[in-house]
Amino acid sequence: MTGPAGGDRSATWWGAEAVSVSFGGLRALDQVSVAVRPGQVTAVVGGDGAGKTTLLRCIAGALAVAGGAVRRPGAQRIGYLPPGTGVYDDLSVAENLEFRSAVFGMKGAAAREGGWGGGWEVGEYLERTGLAAARERLTGQLSGGMRRKLGVIAAMLPEPELLVLDEPTTGVDPVSRADLWWLIARAAAGGAAVLMSTTYLDEAARAAHVLVLDAGRTLAEGTPAEIVASVPGTIVVVPSRPDGEDERRRAWRRAGTWRVWQPASQAAKQAASQAAEQGAVGVPAKEVTPDLQDAVCVAALRAELDGADA
Amino acid sequence: MRAMIIKEFRQLRRDRRTLAMMIVMPILLLVILGYAASFDVSDIPTVVAGPGADVAATALPKSFQVAGTYTATAAQTGAATAWARDELRDGHAAVAIVTAGAGGGPLILVDGSQLFTAQAALRQFAAQPRGVRGDGSPRSQGVPGDRSPGLAGVQVLYNPQLKTSYIMIPGLAGVILVFVGTVITSLGVVRERQAGTLEQLAVMPLRPVDVFLGKIVPYFAVAVADLVIVLAVGVAVFGVPFRGSLAVFGLGALLFVFVTLGLGVLISSVSQTQGQAIQLAVMTLLPQVLLSGLIFPLTSIVIGVRWIAYLLPLTYFTVISRGVMLRAEPIGSLWPQFVYLALLGAVVTGLAIWRFRAFLAPGAAR
Repeated sequence: MTGPAGGDRSATWWGAEAVSVSFGGLRALDQVSVAVRPGQVTAVVGGDGAGKTTLLRCIAGALAVAGGAVRRPGAQRIGYLPPGTGVYDDLSVAENLEFRSAVFGMKGAAAREGGWGGGWEVGEYLERTGLAAARERLTGQLSGGMRRKLGVIAAMLPEPELLVLDEPTTGVDPVSRADLWWLIARAAAGGAAVLMSTTYLDEAARAAHVLVLDAGRTLAEGTPAEIVASVPGTIVVVPSRPDGEDERRRAWRRAGTWRVWQPASQAAKQAASQAAEQGAVGVPAKEVTPDLQDAVCVAALRAELDGADA
Repeated sequence: MRAMIIKEFRQLRRDRRTLAMMIVMPILLLVILGYAASFDVSDIPTVVAGPGADVAATALPKSFQVAGTYTATAAQTGAATAWARDELRDGHAAVAIVTAGAGGGPLILVDGSQLFTAQAALRQFAAQPRGVRGDGSPRSQGVPGDRSPGLAGVQVLYNPQLKTSYIMIPGLAGVILVFVGTVITSLGVVRERQAGTLEQLAVMPLRPVDVFLGKIVPYFAVAVADLVIVLAVGVAVFGVPFRGSLAVFGLGALLFVFVTLGLGVLISSVSQTQGQAIQLAVMTLLPQVLLSGLIFPLTSIVIGVRWIAYLLPLTYFTVISRGVMLRAEPIGSLWPQFVYLALLGAVVTGLAIWRFRAFLAPGAAR
């Protein structure tokens, strides 16, 4: 289902319902659902080939779905940052924004100078993100981070009800990331339903809602706290890679140490065994409170182990 | 180096289009040039007017020593020089024989805008036993049915000095339009796709037709400017006459640009990269240059290859541009070319828009 042109801000959510997409024989998305609510940031996370971009393209309207339904406002009310920057390298910053505003029916000085009402102040965004001084520069001459910021600002230009951003912060420096997050937060504060994909789980933890994808399927969904709370069993930190084959399959490296997931049913036994083993060499295993990164790793491991067992 | 060679072969093997072009293009060129690259004119369409025209037309193939060279396309016993001139102007024939010219003797009119055909005809007249000269003497034995006391003469119309520039510049205008319309346009659209901005356009509040027209209108303007420049230089510098109606020429150019731009967008819609688009565009450009009659006379191309020429838009624009510029050919005799270009434009543009919709309105197209 696609919302009517012009949309309406009273909509409870935009997103996908049991969406499936195939490319040739490859299932890129399999019955994926996500609700993107106004005023909130929803993050889609997952590894390479998880289906993040495909899902965002479907919801933005750049790709048709093979099954399921998409809820989106009319094209006038969608802002979209595609995997690149979505802006023209051979136009200046000002020309790119002028083109975008013209396509969305914004006219005259307001479109050129920004401040066209509704709380969206493009002039302020350009100042805040360091692009104001580069208004007349060709976009192709800007750094990758600046181009990405311009892409996000251009996507925000029509005051969208649904703002879809495909990995807006990937590959940009920390300062630019902070600028981008400032823009994203402003969009959400302005009432937009923001859907973004990211490979950075610390960023996803800032979102109100997170969807974890793996190989086109939903691994987990909910608030970051809900996803973390849904981790069964315990996670322990050990200084080196475990020796046991079973444990190796449930271990991942993080910040110079290894973490091992112990399913709930085995948690006590495994923990005792691990503690005893590590204790023998004087380095005890330490149980940690999982964060979103741990939760996503556990979700991926569970899917992998379930697949292997099946 | 070995690693580099292996890598290149692997990449080449996967780049099917380049591979096909490397294999198909030489074969294509061999066939085209082998069968089409001929300035030898084997068939000269001829009309005969005046008393005894029907008899002369029947005897025509046996005339002028080379049997079968002249083919009578029409004979009018009651017609005179004016009718013969009209036939040449309208492109129905390359040579007109008036059995009773103004001076009482036969008159031969040759269409100089069909350069190679005219040259072949003049060579043959010159090779007659007693010669046929433009001065009307001596008496010809070559004109069939000629019982008159002398030949009124040979007149070369539309391009009396048989200048190559006269026939090349109207045709080159078409080549330039193909270049801008097809090659450059195809690059413009593929660039959007490669930069990822085509996907951005797909989700914007733009109809596919808005994007399509928005993309081609600038190229259309450039193509028109190019056309004006080429014609102005042709007329001012090379002295090529523009004898016909500017409106008729403009309409023909408009239809032709319509086809070439549509072809450019169609090529871009089936190309993933600018390199692929260039390859495809060149594959459409080359046959048009070689087979359209721009360089080699259509009648010199063997029939097995000539049919390709009749599928190519430049073939028709060349007829229109030469006809209007050199012979002041009216629209009434050019309507088949106009109709064909319009049909081709509708088909090509329709296909291009249909392909465009697949990208710009994925929900509607699939």
